[in-house]
Amino acid sequence: MNILIIGANSAIANAVARRYAARHCSLFLVARNEKRLQTQRQDLEVRGAKRVGIHVLNVLEHDKHAEAIKAGHAFFDGADIDIALISHGSLPDQDAAEADFELAKREIDVNGLSVISLLSHLIPPFKAQGRGILAVVTSVAGDRGRQPNFIYGAAKSLVSTYLQGLRGKLLPHGIHVVDIRPGLVDSPMTAQFEKGALWSTPELVAAPIEKAIDGKRHTVYVPGYWRIIMGIVCSIPEVVFKRLKL
Amino acid sequence: MLLTGWGRYPTVTSQVTAPGNVDALTKQLPAYPSGTCLIPRGAGRSYGDSALAEQVVSSRFLDNFIALDADNLRISCGAGVTLAEVLRLCVPQGLFPPVLPGTKHISMGGAIAADIHGKNHHVDGTFCDHVESISLALASGELVHCSRSENSELFHATCGGMGLTGVIVEARLKLAKVSSVSINTESIAAANLKESLTLLNEHNEKKYVVAWVDCLARGAALGRGIIHCGDHSDAGELRHRESSSIGVPFTTPGLLLNRVTMATFNNLYFNRHSWAKGARQQYYDKFFFPLDSIRNWNRLYGSRGFLQYQFVLPDESAESGLTEILGAVSSAGKGSFLAVLKRFGAANENLLSFPRAGLTLTLDFKFEPSLLSLLDELDAMVLAHGGRLYLAKDARMSEAVFKQSYPNWEAFKAIKDRVDPDGLFASMQSNRLGLSGADMGSSTA
Ligand SMILES: Cc1cc2nc3c(=O)[nH]c(=O)nc-3n(C[C@H](O)[C@H](O)[C@H](O)COP(=O)(O)OP(=O)(O)OC[C@H]3O[C@@H](n4cnc5c(N)ncnc54)[C@H](O)[C@@H]3O)c2cc1C
Ligand SMILES: NC(=O)c1ccc[n+]([C@@H]2O[C@H](COP(=O)([O-])OP(=O)(O)OC[C@H]3O[C@@H](n4cnc5c(N)ncnc54)[C@H](OP(=O)(O)O)[C@@H]3O)[C@@H](O)[C@H]2O)c1
Repeated sequence: MNILIIGANSAIANAVARRYAARHCSLFLVARNEKRLQTQRQDLEVRGAKRVGIHVLNVLEHDKHAEAIKAGHAFFDGADIDIALISHGSLPDQDAAEADFELAKREIDVNGLSVISLLSHLIPPFKAQGRGILAVVTSVAGDRGRQPNFIYGAAKSLVSTYLQGLRGKLLPHGIHVVDIRPGLVDSPMTAQFEKGALWSTPELVAAPIEKAIDGKRHTVYVPGYWRIIMGIVCSIPEVVFKRLKL
Repeated sequence: MLLTGWGRYPTVTSQVTAPGNVDALTKQLPAYPSGTCLIPRGAGRSYGDSALAEQVVSSRFLDNFIALDADNLRISCGAGVTLAEVLRLCVPQGLFPPVLPGTKHISMGGAIAADIHGKNHHVDGTFCDHVESISLALASGELVHCSRSENSELFHATCGGMGLTGVIVEARLKLAKVSSVSINTESIAAANLKESLTLLNEHNEKKYVVAWVDCLARGAALGRGIIHCGDHSDAGELRHRESSSIGVPFTTPGLLLNRVTMATFNNLYFNRHSWAKGARQQYYDKFFFPLDSIRNWNRLYGSRGFLQYQFVLPDESAESGLTEILGAVSSAGKGSFLAVLKRFGAANENLLSFPRAGLTLTLDFKFEPSLLSLLDELDAMVLAHGGRLYLAKDARMSEAVFKQSYPNWEAFKAIKDRVDPDGLFASMQSNRLGLSGADMGSSTA
């Protein structure tokens, strides 16, 4: 199986990549830190990956997106890409991003626009191969705008809404679209938070992510209990919700 | 955040960082202001306060494999890789870690820093005896490669050095070859301490040997136990099986573990094994890691946690020392779920490694204030019989007891001071034992 991962240095993507490596898949990793990509390549090879390729990309440089996707195709020798997983993201300081539009714009780009740009480069080759799975890591934060992270949440819901429409559009082409929504995961992105009972780890969410991709699910919450939590969060009447700081 | 060791005693408020790779770590280390107490932490499976300090640097993201050379039986990996991951990768290829502790959820860095031992110490020595080389990040941010031939002094200080010389970032380990996932095991009942010791001696040529001792038994039955022996089977397959486990979701009232429940448990255990004795085959995971089938079993001891007490006594004084110590524990009525007795082989050259020729006993005690004075009494008995305590389990030993029983501490300190002149690396334990700086404050029992 051929798998392309964008944002491959993310702790969650890395944990997923390890599972596919153990299944002897070929992986093409795209991320911005080259040294960490090299370390990860070695690691995945030891874990059983058939072949691992790497490519450096800062996703804010939209003009380099086409080249990154092309490099992936070249690595797989023009063979079909079975799975493309997009996982990069960044959690901004909400107050700072509210006060500084340039910052807000950049965060919406990292978490939202860059994903749309990458997808627009992935869709034509996927249509041409007439099969494959596009999987994107969004967030439960996109389910409802909440005071501590609504700029991040807005960018994530932008992607989720886009994926919802895209799913139908790509159905006739045999392409499947998966929206992966993690809850709270203990990763570098959330290093500054105190961790309580609801927190999970990259290793623990990797298993259901792999299952959701393989099982061609539509929208999946990881860990699964976040579907219930977000169901409750979304059912709180706005008059009450607007007073909540959660 | 609030942090503890596996025994959940003591608790300390610390700031934990987890660098994403070696570069980030070596940039981070020299940036700490002087006076900082920082200690590396792996999987947090040491029981006491050896991986606790105000500042903790976690190896969890240094968890990458580097190379597996199946022909030459070598594996290189980051210090944060757990033995569980090593097993998952190696076992299907017929390769096996040379030394395993009682849980697979420990990191390579922790295994080296505590120079851990397994049920095969009398045959194969410690974990570090199979470590070929390590990469160590010093307080200055410099990376040094250490082995028996390169920076050998630092190698022998870091192996068993409890994180006090720097952060181990990578290691290269020799592996053993196996042809099956199964272990041929044999269990033999012993009616008292003398019989337990005789059986341990008689089975000393077997690869894996350990005895479980009922320390609640008194009088003639004092020291009754079950001897478990094992060796790798030749027959069978090499397929990895995902082992299932159940969790303890929250801290149970420590009341559940009292003298009555523990005596009942011990009786059941003893009787089950007395008639289930004889030879059989076991999946290796069940043989080495029976406790891993209950995640967070440490929560069973209640919110105040527990202490594990492990000591070694030289052969000459072992029988009299064990009788005295087991007698004191038994008459204090402060029993233990687990009392594990094992024979060690000779000591190695590592300055602070625990194992030395003799017998080692491991006891668990639920924390209660009155426990500390009992343990002080046991310390005196251990010292009187020429023994010492295991740092990876310790949370309370005094500086005097430590220095008297680890004669190489000065040689160790001299090397530490050379590579860490500002004393950046310090744990609550090392401060208590006089191996590093001053008082660390913020600890709450
Ligand atoms: C159920 C159970 C059974 C056990 N059985 C055994 C046994 O049979 N034999 C045995 O010997 N031990 C045994 N232990 C103890 C355990 O093996 C040791 O405490 C080991 O050090 C734990 O490794 P860790 O990764 O959890 O390290 P931690 O507990 O996180 O740290 C332990 C020490 O290692 C240091 N350290 C950790 N990582 C690094 C690093 N990267 N660089 C430098 N220093 C580092 C820390 O500073 C600390 O001093 C057992 C523990 C449990 C919970
Ligand atoms: N952790 C959570 O609680 C949580 C919850 C919900 C959703 N998510 C989502 O899960 C995904 C993975 O996050 P994670 O938890 O695994 O955190 P992570 O390890 O911090 O991963 C985020 C990754 O995004 C990369 N990135 C950020 N900006 C980039 C840019 N401009 N160009 C290229 N790469 C960039 C980062 O690269 P560097 O490594 O180079 O910095 C990092 O590898 C993200 O989409 C995140 O939004 C996480």
